[in-house]
Amino acid sequence: MNSVIFTAAARLLVALMFVFSLFMLLRGHHLPGGGFIGGLIGAVSFIVYSLACGPAEARKALRISPEVIAMLGLGIALLAGMFSFIVGYPLFTGQWLWVGGDSYETAAFSLNTVLVFDIGVYLVVLGGILSLTYAFEEET
Amino acid sequence: MTSWVLVMPIAVPFLAAVAAFLWRANPAGRMISLGGSVLTLMASIALMVAVLDEGVIAAQMSNWDAPFGITLVADYLSAVMVVITAITGLATAIYAMGEIPEATERLGFHALFQTLIAGVTGAFLTGDLFNLYVWFEVMLIASFSLLVIGGGKERLDAGIKYVALNLVSTLIFLSGIGLLYGITGTLNLADMREGVANAENQGLVTVIAMMFMVGFGVKAAVFPLFFWLPASYHTPYFAISAVFAGLLTKVGVYALMRMFTLVFVGDVGFTHEILIWVSLLTMFTGVIGAAAQTDFRKILSFHIISQIGYMTLGLALFTPLALMGGVFYLVHHIIVKANLFFVAGLAKQYAGHTDLDRIGGLYKSAPLLAALFIIPAFSLAGFPPLSGFWAKYLIVKAALEIDAWFVAFVSLLVGLLTIYSMTKIWGLAFWKPHPDGIDPTPDRAPPQVTRAMLTPIAGLAAMTIIIGFFPEPFVQFAETAATQLLDPTAYVDAVLGGTP
Repeated sequence: MNSVIFTAAARLLVALMFVFSLFMLLRGHHLPGGGFIGGLIGAVSFIVYSLACGPAEARKALRISPEVIAMLGLGIALLAGMFSFIVGYPLFTGQWLWVGGDSYETAAFSLNTVLVFDIGVYLVVLGGILSLTYAFEEET
Repeated sequence: MTSWVLVMPIAVPFLAAVAAFLWRANPAGRMISLGGSVLTLMASIALMVAVLDEGVIAAQMSNWDAPFGITLVADYLSAVMVVITAITGLATAIYAMGEIPEATERLGFHALFQTLIAGVTGAFLTGDLFNLYVWFEVMLIASFSLLVIGGGKERLDAGIKYVALNLVSTLIFLSGIGLLYGITGTLNLADMREGVANAENQGLVTVIAMMFMVGFGVKAAVFPLFFWLPASYHTPYFAISAVFAGLLTKVGVYALMRMFTLVFVGDVGFTHEILIWVSLLTMFTGVIGAAAQTDFRKILSFHIISQIGYMTLGLALFTPLALMGGVFYLVHHIIVKANLFFVAGLAKQYAGHTDLDRIGGLYKSAPLLAALFIIPAFSLAGFPPLSGFWAKYLIVKAALEIDAWFVAFVSLLVGLLTIYSMTKIWGLAFWKPHPDGIDPTPDRAPPQVTRAMLTPIAGLAAMTIIIGFFPEPFVQFAETAATQLLDPTAYVDAVLGGTP
């Protein structure tokens, strides 16, 4: 697409959308958001970029091929679920480390396996959607 | 810790899939896949030991109690299916080292294959109806990719037919889940049993039962929904068609067995009567279809259909002995059928084709392969003392026990016609001289290819013989599995923790 306006606007939009996708990812679990929706928004940002600058350029910006991103995400999500093995709970039981308190209301923030799982989902969705759309774009 | 015994047979192939994909352009990927299959087999044997030890075991994922969380549950039937899946997986992983070219491996063959195994295992272990649907999807996506991998017009054609019909079946299945959820308010199978029994509108339940019969019927390839199977199974790599032939339709049979013993038992006279006729027609049309074919794999594909009839017949007759025969048949059939496809692949390596009119002379040049073909082929046809004999014997005896003379007659007749097809393959591929006048010597394939492809064939043939000569423990096992199916109290208690 050879539009100067679109290319110029895309630069701004892409960065904004990508940051927003990370915001949605981190916001998840306690508030609306999460890995799936974050991954979708992140994928859209790269799709806009590929529309503006071409799929080859977008692949370069991504650095790692989308298929590998998706598979890495699957591995991360699974390992996050299997973390509960160490503490003797069934698969996918969320493990929480509260910092500065002992529950969602009192703690400043928490480190947990649920977020790691969500990051895995984010990568699966991002990689999956991008490998599909890039394949279509490159064909035409 | 019991929960991890149930998780591992699913988690290991998934992790192997991730690792095999990351190293797909490297010979290490092959080894990861092989190692993953070995570990999966070990995990499933651990599961089997636990089930033999404690009876039905169940685990609640994410620590959410049933019926709200997803339950994994293994009774005797699930456990044996998981073990046999792992065995087939390992055999295929070894076979693939000989057959699959490097270019296909680079596309991610091993990752897809491991994902398929994970999907099949998940379907056998889940105790949640919607989760079962998810595993069906995992299987469908992985199997579609495996079907078309390597490219070519024929494969794409087969793949489209395969995926279109399976999507229709999945849609019917999904609608059935929705309706059932509307009636019972639960997705947990054990909980659903009670909900369905207490439902006011039993007529609607029967309608939903028929939707499930159609949905799973397409997956299991029963009459008249089987036509996608012979249209697609003869095109992919032999390793792939062997694992499809062994496992995929059997997941449909398993799902039928599970649903029609655990949930839909309100109107057995109606639903299972239909299933009897469907089974008989499946057996008969399958074997007749095979008689008309001259392609090695197409004959075998039609025989899958015919054999599926025996298994659903075991379910349809709905007596302890019949179900026992059905379970025994499932296990025996997976080993034998996968093995026959393996043999077909090696025969192609030696003789150059799978069309029986264009090959021949294998008996003279490859007597070992001929001997290894005879074992599964005659087992399939039900020759004593091979495993297929006992499987057919149990089914026929169960039919005679309830005076279903016609059913017994058709079973025996189909067995006879199976022998015809097997002798046709034997005569055309092994006895007859090669039409091109060449000697299909094993030297036509590199020795390491032959070794990789012959090992699983010999291993599975040995298992067929072991089951045939020492059927006692397997029959006893099948008996317990059938008892658990007919009286799922232990299953329900294990899932719901014994609470009313």
